[in-house]
Amino acid sequence: MRRSIGSGRFAPYLFVLPFILSFLLFYFYPLVSTVLMSFQEIIPGQSHFIGLLNYERLFNPSMYKAIWNSFRYTVFTILILIPIPILLAVMLNNPGNPASAVFRGALFIPTLVSVVVAGTIIRLLFAGSPSAIVNSLLGPFGVKPMDWLIGNSTSAMILLVGMATWRWTGVNIIYFLSGLQNISRDLYEAANIDGASAWYRLFRITIPLLKPTIIFVTTISVFGGFAMFEESYILWSGNSGGGSPNNVGLTMVGYIYLKGFQGGAMGLGSAIGLILLLIVLAVSIIQLNLFGFFKKEDG
Amino acid sequence: MRSLRPSGLSTQALLSLFFVVVSLLFLFPIYALILASFRPGRDLIRFGITAKTLVPRGFVLTYLANVLHSGTYGIWIRNSVVLVVAQTTLSLLFCSMVGYGLGVYEFKGKKLVLSLMLLVMMVPLQILILPLYNLLIFFKSMNTFRGIMFPFIVSPFSIFFFRQFVLGIPLDFVDAGRIDGLSEGGIYLRIMAPLMAPAFGAMAILGALQSWNNFLWPLIVMRTKEMFTLPVGLATLLTPYGNNYDMLISGSVMATIPIIIIFFFFQRYFIAGLTTGGIKG
Repeated sequence: MRRSIGSGRFAPYLFVLPFILSFLLFYFYPLVSTVLMSFQEIIPGQSHFIGLLNYERLFNPSMYKAIWNSFRYTVFTILILIPIPILLAVMLNNPGNPASAVFRGALFIPTLVSVVVAGTIIRLLFAGSPSAIVNSLLGPFGVKPMDWLIGNSTSAMILLVGMATWRWTGVNIIYFLSGLQNISRDLYEAANIDGASAWYRLFRITIPLLKPTIIFVTTISVFGGFAMFEESYILWSGNSGGGSPNNVGLTMVGYIYLKGFQGGAMGLGSAIGLILLLIVLAVSIIQLNLFGFFKKEDG
Repeated sequence: MRSLRPSGLSTQALLSLFFVVVSLLFLFPIYALILASFRPGRDLIRFGITAKTLVPRGFVLTYLANVLHSGTYGIWIRNSVVLVVAQTTLSLLFCSMVGYGLGVYEFKGKKLVLSLMLLVMMVPLQILILPLYNLLIFFKSMNTFRGIMFPFIVSPFSIFFFRQFVLGIPLDFVDAGRIDGLSEGGIYLRIMAPLMAPAFGAMAILGALQSWNNFLWPLIVMRTKEMFTLPVGLATLLTPYGNNYDMLISGSVMATIPIIIIFFFFQRYFIAGLTTGGIKG
């Protein structure tokens, strides 16, 4: 047990003061303000309360679309960005091999690229002309040249998820590698003596013991997925998904931006934000429940 | 003795080959971007990156040079650099203070502060952009550096990281400082802060990367061309009718390569910054 230090009556408060001030001004006040705004019609100088009208206005096809798109994107990124990095991390978890550090570094580099640059590269690689590199590589396999970005909503979603995969695989590998390092080698040794197969080791030892890391990565992926906006802003030149096929680029944060900033409807934008907050919290709680996170594990 | 994993020579070789292929696949887009910067932008906007683009034909730096000579571009880089330096410095100062306070002292309300921090991490910042925007207008901070920086300087993630690190330092150091008659602030500055150097390193690298690549908030705050950061400026060039693709591509290269070089030198800190804070939650 760590000894605690109590002397210096206000010293501790001075140390945490920056957080208190920042919390009150930049988190608490905005949160209260956005809740209030969501019940108001905001017109400069003469805002007034309109009850639940903003929320009633959210029952519209664009909102459904935004929720559906954010949800799909989150599910797809989780389905890809958890299993694949786990497998890669297991294969890289070999401190004896100097090459594994090099591979880890190589897979991490895309994380350093800003979303603007990543979007630019994707737009150029997946350009619509038949000679653009992706189209020309797929040609021999009988895939007709297409405009990936604006051709159809499936290819557009593939680009969004592909971009996330490219940028985040390396980070998730790092998370899983650090989780793997907490697993005792003895367990594998014992399994080897019992003649366990590689699959058995993966599914009976590695994955169960990686559970805390899997929970952590899933949680940040839920937050990141539902908060996605910048990617589609860049891919479709900033019209909040308006330029994307069948509006597939319209996400919930995109809808906040569209209504709140471009449309000047701050009240409506706030209502969208609060619905987003509720969805994210609900999904996180369901997810943590599924993982049995709230069960007491001491016994 | 049997080894821990199937490590016959051929398995190892196959594994290495597999990772060579995967690594090349992951690095390919960056390679393509660099080679694209040697080509005229008007070709790129018409055809995208083609097989022809990907064959290196010597370094043609004309397009890059053109960009460096254009005035606005230099301003965007300068803005980004100023922001990264200022934001990272202030953030390290405040987050380390708070993390230290929470790691060393026992005081009334500490539990509350820790819960508030968790609360902040549970709220996606994107939903606060509208009220924060109003706040900036109130403080007359639109289109300013302080407007970009202030709301996000005190980051709960970074505070947690510093706290975790401080929890690993024996309190004997603090006692020794008291015996030497140092004030609480003096103990922090002279004794503990130097011991926290690795944490400062990790958070500096991670914070600087986030600040350099930050997009949504600067996009909202910065209204005039002279105040744009590099990513915001580049994004304005991304229009289907743009005739500035030379600038866009070279600018993208300039935004990316320095970071990759820094990564090579400080890889350890990047990874420490990512892994120590969050996982054990």
